Amino acid sequence: MNAPVQTAEAREIALAGMGVSRLRKEDARFIQGKGNYVDDIKMPGMLHMDIVRSPLAHARIKKIHKEAALAIPGVHAVLTADDLKPLKLHWMPTLAGDVAAVLADEKVHFQMQEVAIVIADDRYIAADAVEAVEVEYEELPVVVDPYAALQPDAPVIREDLAGKTSGAHGPREHHNHIFTWDAGDKAAADAAFANAPVTVSQHMYYPRVHPCPLETCGCVASFDPVRGDLTTYITSQAPHVVRTVVSLLSGIPESKVRIVSPDIGGGFGNKVGVYPGYVCAIVASIVLGRPVKWVEDRVENISTTAFARDYHMDGELAATPDGKITALRVNVVADHGAFDACADPTKFPAGMFHIVSGSYDIPAAHCSVKGVYTNKAPGGVAYRCSFRVTEAVYLVERMVDVLAQKLGMDKAEIRAKNFIKKEQFPYTSAFGFEYDSGDYHTALKKVLDAVDYPALRAEQAAKRADPNSPTLMGIGLVTFTEVVGAGPSKMCDILGVGMFDSCEIRIHPTGSAIARMGTITQGQGHQTTYAQIIATELGIPSEVIQVEEGDTSTAPYGLGTYGSRSTPVAGAAIALAARKIHAKARKIAAHMLEVNENDLDWEVDRFKVKGDDSKFKTMADVAWQAYHQPPAGMEPGLEAVHYYDPPNFTFPFGIYLCVVDIDRATGETKIRRFYALDDCGTRINPMIIEGQIHGGLTEGFAVAMGQQMPFDAQGNLMGNTLMDYFLPTAVETPKWETDHTVTPSPHHPIGAKGVAESPHVGSIPTFTSAVVDAFAHLGVTHMDMPHNAFRVWKQLKATGQNL
Amino acid sequence: MAKKLITVSVNGKSEEKAVEPRTLLIHFLREELNLTGAHIGCETSHCGACTVDIDGRSVKSCTHLAVQCDGSEVLTVEGLANKGVLHAVQEGFYKEHGLQCGFCTPGMLMRAYRFLHENPNPSEEEIRMGMSGNLCRCTGYQNIVKAVQHAAKKLQETATA
Repeated sequence: MNAPVQTAEAREIALAGMGVSRLRKEDARFIQGKGNYVDDIKMPGMLHMDIVRSPLAHARIKKIHKEAALAIPGVHAVLTADDLKPLKLHWMPTLAGDVAAVLADEKVHFQMQEVAIVIADDRYIAADAVEAVEVEYEELPVVVDPYAALQPDAPVIREDLAGKTSGAHGPREHHNHIFTWDAGDKAAADAAFANAPVTVSQHMYYPRVHPCPLETCGCVASFDPVRGDLTTYITSQAPHVVRTVVSLLSGIPESKVRIVSPDIGGGFGNKVGVYPGYVCAIVASIVLGRPVKWVEDRVENISTTAFARDYHMDGELAATPDGKITALRVNVVADHGAFDACADPTKFPAGMFHIVSGSYDIPAAHCSVKGVYTNKAPGGVAYRCSFRVTEAVYLVERMVDVLAQKLGMDKAEIRAKNFIKKEQFPYTSAFGFEYDSGDYHTALKKVLDAVDYPALRAEQAAKRADPNSPTLMGIGLVTFTEVVGAGPSKMCDILGVGMFDSCEIRIHPTGSAIARMGTITQGQGHQTTYAQIIATELGIPSEVIQVEEGDTSTAPYGLGTYGSRSTPVAGAAIALAARKIHAKARKIAAHMLEVNENDLDWEVDRFKVKGDDSKFKTMADVAWQAYHQPPAGMEPGLEAVHYYDPPNFTFPFGIYLCVVDIDRATGETKIRRFYALDDCGTRINPMIIEGQIHGGLTEGFAVAMGQQMPFDAQGNLMGNTLMDYFLPTAVETPKWETDHTVTPSPHHPIGAKGVAESPHVGSIPTFTSAVVDAFAHLGVTHMDMPHNAFRVWKQLKATGQNL
Repeated sequence: MAKKLITVSVNGKSEEKAVEPRTLLIHFLREELNLTGAHIGCETSHCGACTVDIDGRSVKSCTHLAVQCDGSEVLTVEGLANKGVLHAVQEGFYKEHGLQCGFCTPGMLMRAYRFLHENPNPSEEEIRMGMSGNLCRCTGYQNIVKAVQHAAKKLQETATA
């Protein structure tokens, strides 16, 4: 009867808990074609929706002719804003406190805006019907440049806001002005600049880009007219928030709305928002009483659903002659497109941009962000980052390089000189963030040693001295800090709902378990890593722990997965839910072993009587007892729910170094080496962390080297297919070298900080730093992205370096 | 629109169906045959999420008509495993963490399957070039390269065993 005695070490290995590179539980279905994505869902009687979109960026709608479309066999309906008006659904609130047109109401504000929807038996007939809808427009003057939009005589983009002198974030000073948001201490920063012996300034443009997950956005909405309930399968990174929004918009009680995020084919911020297509599909299903599927195509995805960035930034640093930074000032003009549909916590219209003081101990700092309407698609989501952290890190890292160049200092030396020191944590920045932990000097040294930095600089000096060198060599260095894990509900909410997250764990009688979460994986591997946290906390093998997310009817309410918040927020909820179970389990074990609770030790998977290894009860033993015969007076069962409201954000950091060789003839940039050291605190699954870092670096490479959404003066988006919009293949993508240090977060239950966005945030300025560095000896201080061959070739020409 | 009768062998099973001439192969597979492994990512042949194998060639099924497959043999990701035993490329992607969101994976696997027929012993550069018609937004390809190397090794071991 006695099982063979296993050592504690052997039992720990069997758990496959935290710290183990456990293979992924979700893979089995994906490698056999059994994933369940939105477009895979079929329902009986399901119809297909397609969207008539505007070819013009700014125009009045004179007339919409539906007749020809309605005459096509298999077409069930053509709906326009006029049809949604009686339902008051032609406009909808945005997450940023603005409103956005669901279907264009009297005029269109950007190219590809939704004008009408058609519902048909299949997607081919729906596409035919879209072609058959004729719309008469009267063109209006277009403004695509946010500076031009703020001119006194600029065209009025939002006629619906006429006379509104204030918006959700304070006063509006111009008809195309949305908000001006300030952080830091302007007077202190201005005073520091007034007396500074050294100052530098730099203008830079962070281009409009798109997260472009491989799966586009879509949904299947199914309203049951008999039961009066609505089920919607949707590509959402935040299904619970969608449920609340849908209930508020439709008037259907939240208890009768079920939102399901099934498998999600990548999100990267693109799937946070609530889009007109979703609302239209839901309305169509309610109107027709049948399930309706809508899946956007790639052109629609890039053109209309949630872009990122589009920040025009002016940075300034003040410093001492020996390179100690004394103040930072930043001014941003932010192009938000035609509706303010940024996805940020309510109180922060520029997100966490005020992390812009970076990893540096800067005594005085101020930033000001001005949001502006233009005739472009709405958005402004965090593309694999936490709410504008990417823009902030780019700005400060570029500015530190610019200052180093002005002072003739090495870019590693100036960073080390200005770092927040290990002993200064917790550190309160000039913007008021309390950085939880960090050890930047150790990490920087590790990277510089690993790449033999002095040897690289010597090689570069030799190349620069050789007029016949076929390449220019550049070395990029970035030492970034992020703010992730939004967030403490006293500061962070979305639509008034605090940005906590949640976990419910149930231990079954036979010792296996299920955990349900308010987050939703889109490739991060939650089903694998969350189970590892529970395995370590409760001594149950991760193999028998089922993790479920994304169904609002079964999962506890949570704010979803974006902004690297799953591990910092939901990961903490898991640990604390598990600890509630652990506390109850201890009582049951004490009862079973007939000892006092205090006489028990916990070891891997069991409670042991102190001093007697032969007397123990495993968590599985306890689980059976909890359902079979709990102690007198104790509630049966073994489960817990925890809603975790984080006391603070977490602050992951990293040191990235990149070496590039630029072909002096063609302007092509070869990434010779990219070394990424990340510190995300406690590491749950090193294999998954490394995979996330590879992916984030590759997305950063795409942004820095090729991605942009250029518009012509008429508001035409000049690149909205994968022919034009750069997604790197395996050939262009560099090989990545990864490394880490571990500085746990002191306020997080397991010390974890979040990781998947760091490589995107940190790598982008590293590429720019490297490319600019190749020209630094020629007096070049900055080059705007993307660093494609043509643009770099122009720089070669301008500096007389072209061969 | 008048339909045309086609006969296609899909994963070894003969399918006779009447389809509209304009029906794309990807829609035929996903909607007529309920084989939803292959995905639609771009509709323009760039991303490769829809890659299947037709008569021994990798084909992007989003720009291929179903009627073009009349009389052909089509293999999709659903047909890769043999009686519950994973194919070497499936095993490679699993063991080397060659996937994250999984959306590109069926296309990647089908391309890797064909590529390793074309080049059983590839270098890393050859793998990167051979897989360059398939985009992945999650992995950065490094582990996909390892996955293909894993599969190549396993297939060679099996062949010589």
